[in-house]
Amino acid sequence: MPKRDDIHSVLVIGSGPIVIGQAAEFDYSGTQACRVLREEGIRVILLNSNPATIMTDPDFADATYIEPITPEILETIIAKERPDAILPTLGGQTALNAAIALHEQGILERHGVELIGAKVDAIHRAEDRQLFKQLVLDAGADVASSVIAKTVDEALAFAEEYGYPVVVRPSFTMGGLGSGFAHDEPELRRFVADGIHSSTIGEVLLEESILGWKEYELELMRDTADNTVVICSIENVDPVGVHTGDSITVAPALTLTDREYQELRDIGIRIIRDVGVDTGGCNVQFAVDPATGRIIVIEMNPRVSRSSALASKATGFPIAKIAAKLAIGYRLDEIPNDITGVTPASFEPSLDYVVVKVPRFTFEKFPAADPTLTTTMKSVGEAMAMGRTYTQALQKALRSMERRGSSFHWSGEVGDKDELLERSRTPTDGRIVTLQQAIRAGATVEEAFEATSIDPWFIDQIVLLEEVAQEIRDAEWLDEEILRHAKEHGFSDVQIAELRGVPEDEVRATRWELGLRPVFKTVDTCAGEFPALTPYHYSSYDQETEVVPSDRRKVVILGSGPNRIGQGIEFDYSCVHASFALRDAGYETIMINCNPETVSTDYDTSDRLYFEPLTLEDVLEVIHAESASGELVGVIVQLGGQTPLGLARGLEAAGIPILGTQPDAIDRAEERGQFQDILDAAGLVAPRNGTATTEEAALEVAERIGYPVLVRPSYVLGGRGMEIVYDRETLHGYFERMADTAIIGPGKPLLVDHFLDDAIEIDVDAIYDGTDLYVGGILEHIEEAGIHSGDSSCTLPPIGLGRSQIDEVRDATLAIARGLDVRGPLNVQFAISAGRLHVIEANPRASRTVPFVAKALGSPIARANALVMAGRTIRELLDEGFLPERDGSTLPLDAPVAVKEAVLPFRRFRTREGALVDSLLGPEMRSTGEVMGIDRDFPRAFAKSQIAAYGGLPTSGTVFVSVSDRDKRQVVLPIHRLRQLGFRVLATEGTAEILVRNGIEVETIAKHNEVGVEASIVGAIHRGEVDIVINTPTGPAARLDGYEIRAATVGADKALFTTVSQLGAAVAAIEAARSPFEVTSLQEYHARRTA
Amino acid sequence: MTHAHLVLEDGTIYRGRAYGAVGTTLGEAVFATGMTGYQETITDPSYAGQIVVQTAPQIGNTGVNDEDPESRRIWVAGYAVRQASRMVSSWRATESLDARLERDGIVGIQGIDTRALTRRLRDAGSMRAGIFSGDAIASDEEMLEQVLQSPQMAGQRLADVVSTPEAYTLPATTERIGHLAVLDLGIKASTLRYLQGRGFDLTVLPHSVTAEDVLALSPDAAFYSNGPGDPAASDQYVELLQALLRAGVPFFGICFGNQLLGRALGFGTYKLPFGHRGINQPVLDVATGTVEITSQNHGFAVDAPIGEIVDSPAGFGRVEVSHYSLNDHVVEGLRALDIPAFSVQYHPEAAAGPHDSMYLFDRFAALVRERKDA
Repeated sequence: MPKRDDIHSVLVIGSGPIVIGQAAEFDYSGTQACRVLREEGIRVILLNSNPATIMTDPDFADATYIEPITPEILETIIAKERPDAILPTLGGQTALNAAIALHEQGILERHGVELIGAKVDAIHRAEDRQLFKQLVLDAGADVASSVIAKTVDEALAFAEEYGYPVVVRPSFTMGGLGSGFAHDEPELRRFVADGIHSSTIGEVLLEESILGWKEYELELMRDTADNTVVICSIENVDPVGVHTGDSITVAPALTLTDREYQELRDIGIRIIRDVGVDTGGCNVQFAVDPATGRIIVIEMNPRVSRSSALASKATGFPIAKIAAKLAIGYRLDEIPNDITGVTPASFEPSLDYVVVKVPRFTFEKFPAADPTLTTTMKSVGEAMAMGRTYTQALQKALRSMERRGSSFHWSGEVGDKDELLERSRTPTDGRIVTLQQAIRAGATVEEAFEATSIDPWFIDQIVLLEEVAQEIRDAEWLDEEILRHAKEHGFSDVQIAELRGVPEDEVRATRWELGLRPVFKTVDTCAGEFPALTPYHYSSYDQETEVVPSDRRKVVILGSGPNRIGQGIEFDYSCVHASFALRDAGYETIMINCNPETVSTDYDTSDRLYFEPLTLEDVLEVIHAESASGELVGVIVQLGGQTPLGLARGLEAAGIPILGTQPDAIDRAEERGQFQDILDAAGLVAPRNGTATTEEAALEVAERIGYPVLVRPSYVLGGRGMEIVYDRETLHGYFERMADTAIIGPGKPLLVDHFLDDAIEIDVDAIYDGTDLYVGGILEHIEEAGIHSGDSSCTLPPIGLGRSQIDEVRDATLAIARGLDVRGPLNVQFAISAGRLHVIEANPRASRTVPFVAKALGSPIARANALVMAGRTIRELLDEGFLPERDGSTLPLDAPVAVKEAVLPFRRFRTREGALVDSLLGPEMRSTGEVMGIDRDFPRAFAKSQIAAYGGLPTSGTVFVSVSDRDKRQVVLPIHRLRQLGFRVLATEGTAEILVRNGIEVETIAKHNEVGVEASIVGAIHRGEVDIVINTPTGPAARLDGYEIRAATVGADKALFTTVSQLGAAVAAIEAARSPFEVTSLQEYHARRTA
Repeated sequence: MTHAHLVLEDGTIYRGRAYGAVGTTLGEAVFATGMTGYQETITDPSYAGQIVVQTAPQIGNTGVNDEDPESRRIWVAGYAVRQASRMVSSWRATESLDARLERDGIVGIQGIDTRALTRRLRDAGSMRAGIFSGDAIASDEEMLEQVLQSPQMAGQRLADVVSTPEAYTLPATTERIGHLAVLDLGIKASTLRYLQGRGFDLTVLPHSVTAEDVLALSPDAAFYSNGPGDPAASDQYVELLQALLRAGVPFFGICFGNQLLGRALGFGTYKLPFGHRGINQPVLDVATGTVEITSQNHGFAVDAPIGEIVDSPAGFGRVEVSHYSLNDHVVEGLRALDIPAFSVQYHPEAAAGPHDSMYLFDRFAALVRERKDA
């Protein structure tokens, strides 16, 4: 059946903020869907609360709503826009859950709007564990023995029968939240209680353990005519027990015969049919007993998933795009395969390469968290690599992690085999390297298998690498034969250098002299059977290269690598826009990145895509291949965050032109002395500061400038290692903790700044072309200085800055831009303390807030950044009307207010004892994503941001206050207002005293260390009796006090404020939230601005 | 390490390492794109005389076992892979692929750029080739000369080589429908198993059988298997089939059997540039409008018009193309409308490959049952 003619407008639901388990991949899928639908002439209405996405750029939909994803808001949009259909299968679990809520609340029926892609009953069949289990059995396949529990007692009875460990899975959650293996009764009690809470229907599934089995996934697609194809098979290297998102995975499956593979395929197809997934993609997960081959179906997702994004990038088959076409009626055989141009999408991709995905974790941000990997996903990003062999792909993927120790290594003493094997029993971040070290220490395949249950084939590949490493080490000369052998198995120049005890440069020079360079192969979906039209490449040491010469002017854009806290989708946003802008400007754009979740690694974002690790070696080789023809204008390193920035010096040394701000200027911003000179010349002040590379020096600086001090390693992103230190002892402790991270040392000094207590922090995003400064936006942080800017909520335009302060900020930014000699983006952080403007830091690169500014003000600053880097002037861009004449420092009074709120992952992480990690905000960034609330004034915008981030603030109920002495005076007014609004107020004794004397009716409640948990505030929070918690700590000791309270609040999923300024904003928002919200699309805001 | 060279008739040489047996082998170089099922592939008699280039880069990971072979031996003339596995991981494995190749004397090569080779074959078409390893390596000119001296695939009759020497019978494994005469032109074990499983007692006949021999068995139906070689060089089987069709015997053919039905009905056949060899090939079933993902392995195809019903040039009434390739619109199935005969160019028995087309065995069983009931 061709395209349906009864669908003229579609509402696409996005996935909201980036959280663990639901990340940038849904921007990729949503962007694809929006594009496809518009190409088909369909009016697209989009709802997503996440401003950092490409999909929420106004060009991708006809009406773009950056509003909270709630049934109420959806209904308002539906009533206003009257879409014919809603497409909920490309926005992750968030969109699917929203769709179900619309159905259950009768909203779909009320407005006569249809769900396309998946029907509610199909979603139920897939997601309701009991229904799904029966369906699998009816399809003739097998499932693990299981029971549904609604109470802890039911769970204990099951464990009695089947023994421990027991698998616990709540229904309707994503990323396996709340699920895990319970090894004993206390664990089971905890998991079940949490799971029942996390599940939207208050139940969990308990299963017999299949720990250690082989795990597989199939990505399937189905059309309206019941044509079903398997796009990709994925094998988990880590056996069952580790969430697939946290597992190293490989595509295609490598350890199945055709018989077993076809059996999985048959089962997968029966399931997608029986579930009734109308059209589109889904994935089915399987476990296979390695001893007998017994197959168990674990679960299925009736929607595009993280694995679909991986499968799309791994195969070149654009699952999301095809899913969108299928949803509007097309059949698979009616859709062409973009890559070949001549064959249809109704086929199964064949790979002639191996794909390896490695997850990226950030446990260093949560030192208290238990790093054991379980069925609850904990990784925040991933890197993918392709090679012609597994060893090549694996080594490339591991070095794509760009963190110390993530690659196989041969430095230092050989460890103790038994100890290493013992350690590798527990799945953790980096277990594969532990395993490699065990093998280096002589562990056999059998021993390694016994310890890890990883399939012996994968273990033997590490043994193979160990043998090659020995050959490299033992070779008399680095001749072509041994180098080629090393390269075929993915050894980097760095690894070879390590094995030979020579510098990396020397290995590279030898290799280049021998003419040993990688070739670039093409991802073509068909293993070479048909010519590929799309230049989507990966490197390999093989015979024939497939890079087609081009005589165009080329710009290489370096992406940002795997997502991690501090470097996420916001940077991909800038890279993607650079590619779009420079393509439009006539350049041939070449993207290098290794992150499968992003829009930048979509094969049609840039003219050419190289899926490669972002290391100097890999990048230089791409540049070499591309330099064979045409003119390389330059490389862009300033948009992808710290990863590409770290390569700037190496590229410069290799004679590669860098576009925009030069590496020298980047260093000037980081190097204290030089930066101070720039500030002095401009008459600007920074907090008293100094630098130190040792503990002694740091102590000396701190004494001189006075505590508290803010310590911060140089050349890091996301505030890694950044802390506020109040005294000598804490500073000593800091150095102890940082000792083995190697982020402080010669050449990498620690920056020590006097910390401005009570300051207001301001972020400026600007563009400088050497003559003119264009202010993208001035953002005022709602939390005071000391909270990392990425974790702080902020407002644009600022709501507390006067005209003269804004002018002062603008002038200071211009002076810094001049002093640094910036060409392109510049982000400056200021703090206003006691009426005085201080410069905290300046970064001549795209910032995390670029997409937020672009959405809030409707100005294409990401594209302008790239154009200015390539030599255009701001004047030209203004004259052409590309940039709005009025810049972000002079907004009209009726401009809407946008609030960015950070989303934090505390609920994902637990200590080894099972307690939640502390949820206190600090100078080290820990948020995974962000949302935006936009409305006509700050209270409404802030209220929307809270709804989007945390489900909103209660408009009635009980509030608990316990604040430090410093803050007591400031909470009086807001608490008074909450009391007037009808809230019941609880407070600890000290806080209550102040409130009572100010005439506020308060009930006193004890701390848990005074009366025990049950009778204390902690018990009350556990029992759900408290709706809002206000707890501000100061000083190192007090910070620990409130930990139990904060942990309980996060665990109970209640609103928590840890700063007074948040409270003020929240009170205004609670008032605003008492009347229904209006929704306004970005396009409407734009029309108002230009009217 | 033993060196090995793969030499194409156009003079291109790929230098790698020996795999399996060491020595010389000559054949037609073709590429197969299946990512699973190498054991089924190498034991598929249709690959007789061919040097198979496996596009999937990691081969041999699951070793070989006693359940998956599709015939009594390995038939490929040679085997070329990117990276041969040095370890076997499968609960069903009995031996490594390397060891089996060596034991069966199959000369192979590994460590070459199989993608470059595949692209060469795709662009230039299937070519004669040779693999030379160990002492068999000679000067490039000498090796090329040997390749150029080897026979072309066009015009070859290889069914003689792969067919069973003696007739044998196999019982139905489910409720019996009737007696099926199976012409073994290179039949696969799975095909026999599925036919037995649809209720046929089988008499598997050698390729040299005559029409009189077959009709003397009074079969309820006849079946032609897949097999290697050029359909244009197979008049004997075409004439046999025409005799059976004239006698009203219901017929089903697979692969080579499809080409032979095409010829029996009076259509021509031709050699495809580089053939269809993979397990991901989309085929449209004209009758239902649905797409099947099929297992294919053919270098020749039937020349018949798609989208119209035409009269059989050989006088067997009306005929239609029942299936065609969605990739390149090659004929993938024929159906006679006035006599009980149909065939497909692909492999419904899969092995290796998806099971989407199993319904064809049911369709055949239904056809025979109907005829018997009528």
